[in-house]
Amino acid sequence: MADLRINLAGIQSPNPFWLASAPPTNSGYQVQRAFEAGWGGAVWKTLGDPILNVSSRFAAVSFNGQRVAGFNNIELITDRPLEVNLKEIYETKKKFPNHAIIASLMVEPKQEKWHEIVKRVEDVGVDGLELNFGCPHGMAERGMGAASGQVPELVQKQTYWVKEVAKTPVIVKLTPNITDITVTAEAAVEGGADAISMINTINSLAAVDIHTWDTVPHVGGKGAHGGYCGPAVKPIALHMVGDCARNPRINVPISGIGGISNWENAVEFMLMGATGVQVCTAAMHHGFRIVEDMIEGLNNYLDEKGIASVSELVGKSVQKYSDWGDLDLNYKVVARINNETCINCNKCHIACEDTSHQCIDMLKDDNGTSYLKVREEDCVGCNLCSIVCPVDGAIDMVALKSELPPMTWNERQAALGVLACGVDPVTK
Amino acid sequence: MSKGNVSKISYEDLQVNFHEVHPGLTNQEAIEESNRCLYCYDAPCIQACPTGIDIPTFIKKIASGNLKGSAKTIMTANPIGASCSRVCPTEELCEGACVLNDSTKPIMIGNLQRYATDWAIKNDQVLFQAGEKNGKKVAVVGGGPAGLSAARELALLGYDVTIFEAEDKAGGLNTYGIVSFRLPQNISFWEVNQVESLDVKIRTNTRVGADISVEEIMDQHDIVILAVGMSKVPELGIDGEDLDGVYDAIEFVKATKTKPIDSQFLGKKAVVIGAGNTAIDGATCSVRLGSENVKILYRRTLEEMTAYDFEYEFAKQDGVEFRWLTAPVKIIGDENGKVKAIECVKMVLGEPGEDGRRRPVALEGSEFILEVDAVIKAIGQSRYVDLLEQFELEHSGGVVKINPQTYQTSNQKVFACGDVIFGKGQGEAMVVSAAQQGKDTAYAIHQLVSSTVPETA
Repeated sequence: MADLRINLAGIQSPNPFWLASAPPTNSGYQVQRAFEAGWGGAVWKTLGDPILNVSSRFAAVSFNGQRVAGFNNIELITDRPLEVNLKEIYETKKKFPNHAIIASLMVEPKQEKWHEIVKRVEDVGVDGLELNFGCPHGMAERGMGAASGQVPELVQKQTYWVKEVAKTPVIVKLTPNITDITVTAEAAVEGGADAISMINTINSLAAVDIHTWDTVPHVGGKGAHGGYCGPAVKPIALHMVGDCARNPRINVPISGIGGISNWENAVEFMLMGATGVQVCTAAMHHGFRIVEDMIEGLNNYLDEKGIASVSELVGKSVQKYSDWGDLDLNYKVVARINNETCINCNKCHIACEDTSHQCIDMLKDDNGTSYLKVREEDCVGCNLCSIVCPVDGAIDMVALKSELPPMTWNERQAALGVLACGVDPVTK
Repeated sequence: MSKGNVSKISYEDLQVNFHEVHPGLTNQEAIEESNRCLYCYDAPCIQACPTGIDIPTFIKKIASGNLKGSAKTIMTANPIGASCSRVCPTEELCEGACVLNDSTKPIMIGNLQRYATDWAIKNDQVLFQAGEKNGKKVAVVGGGPAGLSAARELALLGYDVTIFEAEDKAGGLNTYGIVSFRLPQNISFWEVNQVESLDVKIRTNTRVGADISVEEIMDQHDIVILAVGMSKVPELGIDGEDLDGVYDAIEFVKATKTKPIDSQFLGKKAVVIGAGNTAIDGATCSVRLGSENVKILYRRTLEEMTAYDFEYEFAKQDGVEFRWLTAPVKIIGDENGKVKAIECVKMVLGEPGEDGRRRPVALEGSEFILEVDAVIKAIGQSRYVDLLEQFELEHSGGVVKINPQTYQTSNQKVFACGDVIFGKGQGEAMVVSAAQQGKDTAYAIHQLVSSTVPETA
């Protein structure tokens, strides 16, 4: 049994799985059910001045029969009085003293507003604070959420105001609706953030109903952009986590969020630098019970790897995540088709023929049996064939032994630069 | 066959027994199944379909909600694609060739094809338009699968086509010969309507050679297509065949599709002679008419039986008994001329015959008598030899000789396709093969006509 406990900027949690601030953490009833199911922590649905919500609010993106491949919402922060939330946080913390309860906060960008709410929530015993600088709809029009989160100065200043009074660790939750998330992440760090969390939802329009021509979702025939999340956003979130993790100026722990649906996704985020993860859409899709498999799967994985504590995973893949200019130009892989396993659907052939490098031939052997063969000399090792192949093990991408020593683009340019200088006078 | 297909025979309301046995896929089932299709390139299922339906494409169209396009993809390749979705031996054809046989389980191609064509039927879709008329007149003798298919293709190409159909309705085997609980008549009628909507004239109740002469047909048309299929079940050649209670399996099935279901079989015992697909139909119809006991008597064994495996399984689920190596000797009647028993003899398999199958030989002294109320003959079908003689066509025992490339008979103006050319080592007796032959005949005719009539620019 591996040690699954984490310590994120001083916030202790029995396992790395927290519920993200969202509909699942709207009330004490829900958070207590979640803790009973095994969740290690919960970021309480954002507190602030209670708002009015609209109906309907959620939409999902299905793809080829896969439901909730992506998810979108136009719900806002809490619509319940602050006093009620605070009372329930207090009760929940009393019942579950070892579980992490983090209060998500959002108020107008005014120092006194921040001071007031921080004091009130810390009074009821939260383990930490998460500043919501990400909500992309509704609140942004009022100068809060993503409207603050897209301006590094506002992120820095508001973080600073919070830190002026906060006694518990402060996590700054970042919006992905920005060109370079490391800029706001750095601003948060400069403002004194103890940790950062990412990503909040991405501006999105889930769908348009082709029969009624309404947006999906719509409110009485009218729609607005919402925030995108769920499995579809995982690659974006992972990239942003990785970018922050490898940035030496962002030297605070990261809480990873974005499309985490199972223990494998959690491992990925932790390897890419997250100290813990937050989950929402997967729980909304399947209920709190999914955490049981997340915990067990993570534990089995660690045991199999002989890793004593989940914390040892944090950041292990960060150094492998770099820039294109640092990739070895002389590394080469080619596709090899295993005709024993191949079922001859020919999807690799047509993908390569139509859209890649035309190097998979459809052939017949002496018995007239069809088979596929890669012309390795023409294969660029793009992976497309193995991506479209529906059968495990039918196509291997095999690394070829290179005759040339490794050389990156950056190294090559540097080498050419020296050479260019030498040649310079002659060409002139 | 899934467990849900176990038939429930009703003895209170026999009508119910003739409702279609297998429910179609629900929308959700169809979406899930269509999304499972890999959309193979150069897919083996297409190669395995005699009509070459672009199966991955029609399935992809179901997945995308383009049901009209899906139905059109099917019906373009196969003018009787709705019927075929129900009667094709899919495990031997498309589904048998599905690449997923080698990894998980094959796509339910037949059921998806039915889903798409059922949609077109329910939504009154007319999928095709007649081509611009080219002034050529074609007579199609016989409105079954081959005839309809040839007529459809020629109408698309602009020919003026008339189908001469002996029965009250067109559709042939699909309308009259396949049991309602597998293929309801309205499916066949829709396919006939699709052909009629292309300005194809269908003269029903018109038996060529009787109601209209062969000369008239030949004189009034540039080209004649003979697609008359096959005739009645031949005589067994034993005593008692003319007794009341002896039926031709084809006529027997036809009655269940054209007349009100009656209760005269309730509690009766029936035997079916033969073990092809028609025998299975005769047997399962008997069960569904309320027969208490139905036995199939076959002079060979399970090995030689020609019925499809799924037909055999279906009959067993209906409670049909199979008596192998059993041949009828004579049918015994009562004083009123009604069947009361059948005398049989046990057989043993001897040396292989011409067709490679071991010949059954009677085991002397093994005769026994079964008490029965009905005997249904299903030992194959005879040929319309008389009609072929009237057309003065070369034939071999009623199987019209054709040029396999052009479908032309010994009379260059007469083409033949479907069951009328099946047998004697020629072709396969499948509805889907007949459909393809109809198409091929149409293309052969068009090629001939296009090469003799100079194209006007």
